[in-house]
Amino acid sequence: MAPYSQLSFLLTVLLIFGALCVTSKVQIQSSSERQSASSNTGSTGESTSNSSASITTVPIVTWKWHHVETPYLVALWILVCWLCKLMAQLNSKLKSFFPESALLIISGFILGGIVWGADKAQTFKLVPRNFFYFLLPQIILDTGYFMPNKLFFSNLGAILVHAVIGTCWNAAAVGISLWGCYLGGAMGNLQIGLLQFLLFGSLLAAVDPVAVIAVFEEVHVNEVLFIWVFGESLLNDGVTVVLYNVFDAFVSLGGEKINAGEIIKGIVSFFVVAFGGSLIGVVFAILISLLTKYTGKVQIIEAGFIFVLGYLSYLTAEMLSLSAILSVTFCGVCCQKYVNANMDEKSVTAVRYAMKVFANGSETMIFVFLGVTAIDTDIWVWNTGFILLTLLFVLVYRFMGVFFLTWILNRYRLVPIELIDQIVMSFGGLRGAVAYGLAASLDETRIKEKNLMITTTLIVVYFTVILQGLTMKPLVKWLKVKRVSPTELKLIEKVNNRAFEHILAAMEDISGRIGDNWWTRGWKRFEDTYITWFLMKPEARKNRDYLFSIFHKLNLEDAINYVTEAEKRGSLAFLNQTDGTIVNFEKKLRFSGVMPDIMSELDFGNNNVQPTSDTVPSVSLNIHEHEMKRMNEDFNAHHLLQQHLYRSRKNHRHKYSRSNFSINQSEDEVQEIFQRTMRSRLESFKSAKMGVTPAKKITKHPKKDPNHKMSNGKTTDKSKKHPYGDEDFEFSEADSAYSGDGPRRFKLTLSVAGVENPAFIVAPSQGAQRYLPWSPRNLHRLAPLRISDRSTDSFLMADAPATEESSEESPQQPSQRDGTHM
Amino acid sequence: MGSTNSTLSKIPNAGDLMQETGFSPAHIVRLYDRYKALDKDKKGHLCPQDFGAIKELAMNPISDRIIGAFFSSGQEVLDFPSFVRILAHFRPVDKNRPKDPNSPEHINSRSNKLKFIFQLYDQDKDGKISRQELLQVLRTMLEKQVTEEQLESIADRTIQEADLDRDDAISFDEFRKSMEKVNIEHKMSIRFLR
Repeated sequence: MAPYSQLSFLLTVLLIFGALCVTSKVQIQSSSERQSASSNTGSTGESTSNSSASITTVPIVTWKWHHVETPYLVALWILVCWLCKLMAQLNSKLKSFFPESALLIISGFILGGIVWGADKAQTFKLVPRNFFYFLLPQIILDTGYFMPNKLFFSNLGAILVHAVIGTCWNAAAVGISLWGCYLGGAMGNLQIGLLQFLLFGSLLAAVDPVAVIAVFEEVHVNEVLFIWVFGESLLNDGVTVVLYNVFDAFVSLGGEKINAGEIIKGIVSFFVVAFGGSLIGVVFAILISLLTKYTGKVQIIEAGFIFVLGYLSYLTAEMLSLSAILSVTFCGVCCQKYVNANMDEKSVTAVRYAMKVFANGSETMIFVFLGVTAIDTDIWVWNTGFILLTLLFVLVYRFMGVFFLTWILNRYRLVPIELIDQIVMSFGGLRGAVAYGLAASLDETRIKEKNLMITTTLIVVYFTVILQGLTMKPLVKWLKVKRVSPTELKLIEKVNNRAFEHILAAMEDISGRIGDNWWTRGWKRFEDTYITWFLMKPEARKNRDYLFSIFHKLNLEDAINYVTEAEKRGSLAFLNQTDGTIVNFEKKLRFSGVMPDIMSELDFGNNNVQPTSDTVPSVSLNIHEHEMKRMNEDFNAHHLLQQHLYRSRKNHRHKYSRSNFSINQSEDEVQEIFQRTMRSRLESFKSAKMGVTPAKKITKHPKKDPNHKMSNGKTTDKSKKHPYGDEDFEFSEADSAYSGDGPRRFKLTLSVAGVENPAFIVAPSQGAQRYLPWSPRNLHRLAPLRISDRSTDSFLMADAPATEESSEESPQQPSQRDGTHM
Repeated sequence: MGSTNSTLSKIPNAGDLMQETGFSPAHIVRLYDRYKALDKDKKGHLCPQDFGAIKELAMNPISDRIIGAFFSSGQEVLDFPSFVRILAHFRPVDKNRPKDPNSPEHINSRSNKLKFIFQLYDQDKDGKISRQELLQVLRTMLEKQVTEEQLESIADRTIQEADLDRDDAISFDEFRKSMEKVNIEHKMSIRFLR
């Protein structure tokens, strides 16, 4: 954007701000007036206007500021915070350098400065109550809801070790070291004791989930590392709450009364708080799942239930003085699967979008307010020794803790966590608003040095978020570069390395995933039989095949994009597009439902169109391109490999992101891989089984419930094998599959239902049959084929014989194309 | 698990298998359970479709080749010993076992691991990875948007780097030499039991 527009934006924000300050001044005046008015009149008739009760003439318009004051200020602040976020995103140079959280804090400084300048007092602070009750829950709910469960639970041991032991270590070490330094006189005179130091240590110990995600999103780390830090930041709340409350209680009790009994109570309270909080979360998750089972009739608001119940779980845990964050986390973690299965697709999308809006919005506000709160002379107490030592200890002990714990954990892992990852993990131990919130809720009567603690906490938070956030990316880059550069890998090594990862992933899958032991299998069985029966809608239960649901979702998006793209270009122009070129589909969710028409217009002949780039190059450009190619071949090859090798499970398949909720690149890859796999399997089986009729029964017309086809688990029902070479049957099977599922899943209504022409089988199959593992990108290449030599082996999914049928026949067409074209 | 011994007795030739592959009894039992779990129709043996039913495998670009590696020489059935033998390639290398120069190499030796990989590339089993075969592998591992030209140039350069005797194909020795610096023992090992 041009600098002028940025500047004007900035001015607008400042203007709004100025308005805010003026109104706040008015507010202060009016509140004092009101005070005197009410004390004078003694009445509480607040609904009347500001001035005295008598009016002399009928007012046409009145200034009703105090009516709307609170909501107005709230809304205005929200607006300003989000505008700050917008501004932070505008400047791309700045964005690549600074992490967004840092920019938001800095904006907070500026805004705080303006407010302070107007009011000489910080009227808008981050009040702990507002923070804990209104800003934090949705972030944690979002985290829990989008948590990659499999990854989370398979790494739960390591996460718990870090969360519990790491946090305790941090708290104890920081507290005791500070106390030691205090005794050594490094901090001058303070009214503080060991217990208070421990309390302070415990509130600073916890890694903050909000800050961590904000920074880690920008630094791509492998998924194990990611989930460790992420999980740790969530689960350590259990420890933090306990430690905080225990030490708070100790401080009020006074040092003398602490004996073994109290300490034991403290330890017991840890277990109670942690497990109790989680239990509440699980209870609410069950409630939500049960509820969504029956809310099919109120699809519009069924999305809202999740938010309400999630919030209630937070508040309930808080009410019982259990760990509220754990409660919300587990609520989200446990309910996601059932809720996504039970609810209508649109509701699921609504929930996801809304979650992201709330979470992102709250996060923005938190960071801005963290900045605003700093500009307040009341709280600043400077004690060099205290502050600097705290910073030092927090950093050092984090590193020590992480390295030590990882060293222990590595002894039980085959693939040890490397040094670089450990460094990143230690460095990623950011403190954030939770620490500040806890500090601000200290009782100043008991804790005389509250302001000092607040100051220190703020400084630690700023240091970690801004400085560590800033330096994280360059650090990682420097470390990685440093590691790789000694021996630049040859092409074949690169290819092989990636191949190894894939092979290893495959072998893990074949031999049963690591962690696929008796417990997990038993749990899966238990879950499959009892829990899903209890918590899932019957139809949802039957359609739970994970892979196909992803496919369905992706196909839906592809279909929509295909349609919009075709509309944009007109169907004829679309013909010249080939599969090889990538038309950049923006993933939009609206669609127009005109698919059948476009299908019919497309020519299904064999187009031998060369892959061209999107823009039509002139002749000279082409030649130039070739020359360039020759020169840069070497660079290109490495670069190509770098860019385009499929990523394996091990590296970089980021599954959680606060800012992007839509399908990220790895799912595209997964789709692509899956399509090719199915296509090639089909080809190979087709060629292997040409003409062979297996001794499987030809079944009757499956007009019965298509849900039966999705019987999962058990042996494939041989009687359901599909006939061999019967398009009509196949087609109507698709039809019945479609009609059976009705409007539940796929909303495109296709009118080609009665057509016999095999060419059109593809179109309605693709549309109607929701399980097709291939995308409409292939459609325009389809030739009208006689489908006569399909294999009927249930190679696809042992528990989904229906889908294999149509997916066998449809990928055949692209495979045919492959054969002719490639 | 206490049932190890009883299950072990059910597995035919368990002792020989352990000797040959170096798996412990617990491993063998675990793998046997997995074998049975994969064999959904209770046929007593595995066929390619059973592998196809593994959901995560379908998301692996080279899954077909890997399945093919299990069903070598065109067989359609896989019995338990063959299943274990293939998986044995991925057993972590025993650092403690004394090296006995006379005994045959363990299945999971570095050389055998490399041979396994080599066979994944070399589909026609002529002992060389031809340019065509390399192209196929690259094709499966690279995203669709990579064009044929780019693919061929990558394949050409790859062969150039590794091919020492200039026969436009990579033999097993050349392959092994190019993998000298790679930590195969680490990259080609998985834990079979926690």
